[in-house]
Amino acid sequence: MIFRLVWLLPLLPFVGFALIVLFTNRNKQLSAGLAIGGIGISWLLGWAIAFAAFKQEGLAANPFRLSRDWLPTGSTWQAFGFAVDPLSAVMLFMVPFVCLLIFVYSVGYMGVGKSEGHHAMRGVPAEPGHVDPLSSRFFAYIALFACGMIGLVLADNLILLMVFWELMGLCSYLLIGFWYARKYDDPTKITPKQAGLKAFLTTRVGDTIMLAGIVLLLVQTGSFSFSTIFQPQTLATLASTTVNLPVFGPTPWATVIAILIFCGAIGKSAQFPLHVWLPDAMEGPTPVSALIHAATMVSAGVYLVIRTYPLMAAVENGAALRLIMTIGTFTALFAATIAVAQNDIKKVLAYSTISQLGFMFAALGAGGYVAATFHLMTHAFFKALLFLGSGSVIHGMEHGHHEGAGRAASPTQVRPNEERFDPQDMRNMGGLFRRMPRTAWTFIIGGMALSGLPFVTAGFWSKDEILAESFHTGHRVVFIVLAVTALVTAFYTARQIMMTFFGKPRTAAAEHANEHDSAFTWMTWPLMVLAVFAIAGGWIGISTTFPVLGVLSRNAFHHTIGAMVEAMGIAAEELPFAATPLLASIVASLGGLALGWAVYRAYAAGRFAPGLSPLQRQESTLHVQESTLHVQETTLHVPDPLERPMGRVYGWLQKKYRIDELYGAFVTSTLRLSNWLFRFDDVLVIDPIVDGAGRLGRRLSELSRWSDTHIVDAAVNGVGRVIGAAGGQVRRIQTGKVQNYLLVALVTLSVLLFAFLLMPK
Amino acid sequence: MIPLPAVEGLPLPTVEGVPLTWYLLLAAGLFCIGIVAALARRNAIGVLMGIELMLNAVNINLIAFWRYGVTSVMTGQVFAVFVITVAAAEAAVGLALIIGVYRQRRTVTVEDLDLMKG
Repeated sequence: MIFRLVWLLPLLPFVGFALIVLFTNRNKQLSAGLAIGGIGISWLLGWAIAFAAFKQEGLAANPFRLSRDWLPTGSTWQAFGFAVDPLSAVMLFMVPFVCLLIFVYSVGYMGVGKSEGHHAMRGVPAEPGHVDPLSSRFFAYIALFACGMIGLVLADNLILLMVFWELMGLCSYLLIGFWYARKYDDPTKITPKQAGLKAFLTTRVGDTIMLAGIVLLLVQTGSFSFSTIFQPQTLATLASTTVNLPVFGPTPWATVIAILIFCGAIGKSAQFPLHVWLPDAMEGPTPVSALIHAATMVSAGVYLVIRTYPLMAAVENGAALRLIMTIGTFTALFAATIAVAQNDIKKVLAYSTISQLGFMFAALGAGGYVAATFHLMTHAFFKALLFLGSGSVIHGMEHGHHEGAGRAASPTQVRPNEERFDPQDMRNMGGLFRRMPRTAWTFIIGGMALSGLPFVTAGFWSKDEILAESFHTGHRVVFIVLAVTALVTAFYTARQIMMTFFGKPRTAAAEHANEHDSAFTWMTWPLMVLAVFAIAGGWIGISTTFPVLGVLSRNAFHHTIGAMVEAMGIAAEELPFAATPLLASIVASLGGLALGWAVYRAYAAGRFAPGLSPLQRQESTLHVQESTLHVQETTLHVPDPLERPMGRVYGWLQKKYRIDELYGAFVTSTLRLSNWLFRFDDVLVIDPIVDGAGRLGRRLSELSRWSDTHIVDAAVNGVGRVIGAAGGQVRRIQTGKVQNYLLVALVTLSVLLFAFLLMPK
Repeated sequence: MIPLPAVEGLPLPTVEGVPLTWYLLLAAGLFCIGIVAALARRNAIGVLMGIELMLNAVNINLIAFWRYGVTSVMTGQVFAVFVITVAAAEAAVGLALIIGVYRQRRTVTVEDLDLMKG
């Protein structure tokens, strides 16, 4: 039975990691090969297991478990192990596959197989056309990351899940800060090192709350295992017993625990208010962004909520689900609006990820278990595609910049100064469609999937299902907000595509950008494979009630995942067809795309430049690059067409609603307060205690010294002196002359004899 | 009176002829000579000889008491023989020591031998 091999899945990437770290660190090609080999076998095995699981009937009700007693808790044992059910099978279908593609892509992205540059520095991005000196480490980290995610979806209890969860947290820290030595001229720009720290600390906030929830769950149910916790009677007990909270009054335990655990998901899946780490996580290498934002880290949060859904839904119409829905809906719109005003190609995608995750949470909160899972899977494919595509664009821009600068500048200045030229800024791009066709086609497919181009792309089917779910469960506000978000999503996607690929090149770098380098062989194949899945991935979940197309569809996805819901005792019928959500999603998607095209067409064509023809602008940019003035170059940027009509709102969006500044102020003031408290505490409480203890110790030891010299020493010396004196007296009779002794003996004897004689009888 | 065993051809020894006191006086005198020699002689050999005199004075006493005591119990005689044996051994060891000391220090004057002085 192939399920018995399930433990190999997380182990294989881990073995890859261990081998790289221990043995093959020097050999970059071998390291990359090991990482890809590990995840590759994992992928094949994972798909074998996943398809076996899809075929097996009744797996949802009786999941396959491979576990053993591991942790003694009092008189009982906690069994740890892996479980396979339809949900983890779906994740197994997605995770190792996307990971594998990202690994393959990384070979090209990190330049494995090329020579090291002359000025190769550790911890900064390599020059175009050269290998990153720390590539082996990179592959080790991403292999460990993959291990974390695969382990997470297979874990059959909360503690094991938490272990893999934290493993991913660690890896994300390491990978976001991979270019740890990178510094920017602009001091306000966050460096990779800081970004890694920020991601780690922000997610830690959620994780700590989540741990509290897990511990409470153990206290209430006595188990970590999903199969035990999700027993109907356990859930019923959890839902009926209440705890008196200060403000909220009596609350069911199930709600408390569900919300605490959901906080972990907020951190990991970057939902408001803990979303701040994710955009900054873009400081990591682009494959990492794809790994974090598509296949693994952020989906872990959604997966956690899906996995613990019975707990979340234990209380009928409970606060937990309402909170999840509210936060998800709010975050979806919130992040989507920010994405509209971002100029960094990766930042747009980062906010779009947050927004899409908000969609998933909103769906979960509305009860759309199947819809959320479906969107999680399709999103993984097209978001990985978009990120990898953006990495390819950035790479192409760097190449173009390298070439442009190489032609323009003197040979000593060949190394382009990345701090001065930002290859990720979409304002520097334009017209890349002709120069990088493979990247452009795949990126556009991903973008269409993201904006939900009707009837073709995966994103349409999953997003439509979410909209339908919120519509049918009667959450009208949620439905409207999500529909508006879908419109905004389509709009910023169109904006991104227009700015990047269409129109005329706005810089020399974009003019010279290309994808002829050997690295692109490695990088474009995964893009094409993902593009196929970004379209076809949605076809497995077309609702059978959908007009015309529904007849052709078997809706395999709903069939598989719906079984999970039914196993929980909740009916999961396919939603009846309704025209409103369908129309909404079609209008949102097409309308958004059209709007984006209309607004940015002129911008892309370069008609906005006042008094400068595109050619002149190129020259001036070239000139500025030579003159090394950063400020001048940025002032050359043409204003965004939205900037004037939206006025101050645009600035707010660009500044991300100043949430970062708010947190910054909070952290700074807390720091100041704690500093003050620390001083207060230190001077008035701690110091006297420490000083007093020191002084007391000194006094005591002085006393001890006095008693030592005057009592103990005196006694010892006195005894010695007395004995010495006595000995001096006694030694006098020891003359050494035998005759003296004899005389003494004689006299003594005589005296004794006389005494004896005289003694009265 | 204690009957003495008769030996053919010899007159029976009489106890009455010489009283015990005389023997004791002789022994005491001899002992005193010996003790003075042992205490006062400077020559180590002289000291040794004084000791021999004292031992012999003791022997006289032993024999005399035996003769005037229960003659059938041979203790006095046997003890005297032991003392003679011991005296011989003592003289041998003592002389050997004196010779050893002389070889080392070229003197047998007792006063000079005060290595044991504390």
